[in-house]
Amino acid sequence: LRSPRNPEQKIIKRVIALEGDIIKTIGYKKKYVKVPHGHIWVEGDHHGHSFDSNAFGPVSLGLLHARATHILWPPHRWQKLQPALPPERKPLRREQE
Amino acid sequence: MLRHALGKTFRFLGYTVQYGCIAHCAFEYLGGIVVCSGPSMEPTIQNSDIVFSENLSRHFYCIRKGDIVIVKSPNDPKSNICKRVIGLEGDKVCTSNPSDFLKSHSYVPKGHVWLEGDNLRNSTDSRYYGPVPYGLIRGRIWLKIWPLNDFGFLRASPNGHRFLDD
Repeated sequence: LRSPRNPEQKIIKRVIALEGDIIKTIGYKKKYVKVPHGHIWVEGDHHGHSFDSNAFGPVSLGLLHARATHILWPPHRWQKLQPALPPERKPLRREQE
Repeated sequence: MLRHALGKTFRFLGYTVQYGCIAHCAFEYLGGIVVCSGPSMEPTIQNSDIVFSENLSRHFYCIRKGDIVIVKSPNDPKSNICKRVIGLEGDKVCTSNPSDFLKSHSYVPKGHVWLEGDNLRNSTDSRYYGPVPYGLIRGRIWLKIWPLNDFGFLRASPNGHRFLDD
């Protein structure tokens, strides 16, 4: 996605919560956040060392650029990226579909 | 006979793909024609006006204060909104409504812009949903082509008092 702080830069993060979910944040100004309509909550896998939604809040879906599916280089890190949500980052309440 | 028809079909498909790619690149990187709806930019842009937009400004990061831009809606990524840029990053903007007695100000965060419609009384804009990330800007409107009696470059903002000088 395009960085909300610097539009020239693209950043790569994991989607933790979608619109309507309520999650517990790590180091954000509010302890619990309900993701607004049309927004998502993204986090880097390395908590504490990541410039993600815990710094700039929920991001608008319009900033999304693409989905990363594979690592191609370096060759010893060739792999398919698994869409897995770490269990400790599960949302507290999911919006009913 | 059949081979002749088949050749023609393939040539036609080839041309369609070529022109499709060129059209896509043009709309994405150069600009296009946009039909505006809604009252939030009156009197500058009325409902059902047709305007020309260009996308070069946003790619080269030269959107200026006072430009009218087309932006992906922060709350609904499938729809576009058309507003005027009142403040760029670092600018001081007035976040309260003109009718409020106590005025509140804030600074536009880095990488964001503050948008307001020209029709301040009937416009949901940054006063409602806050500063908008620059990455959501799709293009800048520079020419109105319909209605013909209002053809030409767009007027400056009727709300000059909203632009706060540093």
